[in-house]
Amino acid sequence: MMTTTLTARSSNTDRTMSAHPSKYSRNNAIYARRRFVNGFNMTASLLAMGFGLFWLAWILYTLLAHGLAGMNVDVFTRITPPPGSEGGLINAIAGSLKMTFFGTLLGTPIGILAGVYLAEFGERGWLAPATRFINDILLSAPSIVIGLFIYEMYVVTMGHFSGWAGALALSLLVIPVVVRTTESMLRLVPNSLREAAIALGAPQWKVTMYVTLRSAKAGVITGILLAVARISGETAPLLFTALNNQFWSGMNQPMANLPIVIFQFAMSPYEDWHALAWAGALLITLSVLTLNIIARWLGRQKTQSH
Amino acid sequence: MEKLSNGANLKRQMMLDSLFRLTTRVFAFLVLALLVGILISLVIGAMPSIRHFGWGFLTSTEWDPVSENYGAVVPIFGTLVTSFIALLIGVPVSFGIAIFLTEICPPLLKRPLGIAVELLAGIPSIIYGMWGLFVFAPLFGDHVQPWIMENLGEWPLVGFLFQGAPMGIGIFTAGLILAIMVIPFIASVMRDVFEVVPPMLKESAYGLGGTTWEVIRNVVLPYTKTGVIGGIMLGLGRALGETMAVTFVIGNSTNLSTSLFDAGNSIASALANEFAEATGEFHMAALIELGLILFFITFVVLSCSKLLLLQLKKQEGRNS
Repeated sequence: MMTTTLTARSSNTDRTMSAHPSKYSRNNAIYARRRFVNGFNMTASLLAMGFGLFWLAWILYTLLAHGLAGMNVDVFTRITPPPGSEGGLINAIAGSLKMTFFGTLLGTPIGILAGVYLAEFGERGWLAPATRFINDILLSAPSIVIGLFIYEMYVVTMGHFSGWAGALALSLLVIPVVVRTTESMLRLVPNSLREAAIALGAPQWKVTMYVTLRSAKAGVITGILLAVARISGETAPLLFTALNNQFWSGMNQPMANLPIVIFQFAMSPYEDWHALAWAGALLITLSVLTLNIIARWLGRQKTQSH
Repeated sequence: MEKLSNGANLKRQMMLDSLFRLTTRVFAFLVLALLVGILISLVIGAMPSIRHFGWGFLTSTEWDPVSENYGAVVPIFGTLVTSFIALLIGVPVSFGIAIFLTEICPPLLKRPLGIAVELLAGIPSIIYGMWGLFVFAPLFGDHVQPWIMENLGEWPLVGFLFQGAPMGIGIFTAGLILAIMVIPFIASVMRDVFEVVPPMLKESAYGLGGTTWEVIRNVVLPYTKTGVIGGIMLGLGRALGETMAVTFVIGNSTNLSTSLFDAGNSIASALANEFAEATGEFHMAALIELGLILFFITFVVLSCSKLLLLQLKKQEGRNS
């Protein structure tokens, strides 16, 4: 009994005596652990960044190596060959350009006007919030479903696959991108500009067309470029709309296009088709990335000037 | 006389105005109608299959164009599993990238690295597919897969995941490539929401002696919780609907397999492979019904993501 209290007391005094050092050492242990956890997690985050860059570098390297090997003048001068013979991709390149052009031409005005509504007239009512919501969903909706939709609406009605069907499918992908960027760019335009124009007696449509849209021009063009970049790499919506064609064709027939030719050639067992597929892949990626960079550069100019 | 023409002019402008407003309204409505149109046309296209197979379509593992017997389990399973793998790998990596870009990246590197991540998002999906098929799958099948099978294949609980032939292609490869594809999407949303955290909050935490990680864990994450989840859902939406990258490497098998290294099928890849050649009475309708299911799943996921992001925005408005 006595001894236990004694030892208890002595241990007590021990604790008070050594309170400072042990507290410090315990604090040091906690501190060291916190530092360790922090260092560990920050290293992990650094590694994650490296992980992302690693794939980017690997993919771009592969693409350049194989793509440049497959690149030659024939690619730009001859049409897609049957297996085993020489040829190029010119009909597919032209088809892609045509469909991208018409897709953008169809989708852009719709997108801009809808964007104008959301930014300028959509203050009250249910339509603007609902459209904004649906638009954001369409923005990331699976593009293959858009292809199915155009197949049902256009290909089945017309009875055949065609370049127009492809362009229509692409235009549906353009719309959400343009709506989104147009709206956000118009919102950046200071209200004082609108008020100044209205005070001069300008009607609403003139204010929008000649003042608001014009001062947001660079931003809207950025959006269009981003939309073009997006659709020029899209394969899925063309699978059952434009289909493919081994030869030159008009917009009213099945039409060759780069993504689907790449798909077909890459999935084939023939080496020379593979080489052409890589050349096409390099072409598409370069154009998409260039468009992206121009768009970003334009967008930055815009935000800096404000 | 002049007054009269002025009045007429005013009237004309007012008419033009309401016409202009109406036009923009119609086009805004068109965007809305687009979604409804897609739904209706898919339902109509899928009708024969819906009538014929009923709910059984969702529970049958059969996919047999010869006997015209279709079930959606294998493609739905493939879609969900590949997307799950993509998130499992993609979310931690994106989180790390976002932390790196917002907290520890030297200012000089911030822009170039941000652009690099966005370039990864800009690469067309067909390129990922080709790269996966020609470059990644052979390497993976020759060097990594045999090792994993040897070392993990015999494990009691998870061993069944790593059975089969080391072909390089299959469900796991598809999931990994999807992960690489969704990383830039998730990372850029996370970076954006991390950047809206008021500096005052973070600095207070730093002032109390918090480490960078503690500030992220206890201040940044709770503040941006909804936004982070919204970003993940956005990535999930992308992964579910991705077609080309998956079609190249998933192997397109119509059998149900529990091994991650076996070939499988996803909704999008089934559509991409079979639609143009579908001939049977129900084949095309069944494929369209698959498309409808895919659209429905992504619609729900994307709606959730959008609602969460909207909530974050509201909260941000209240705090400022």
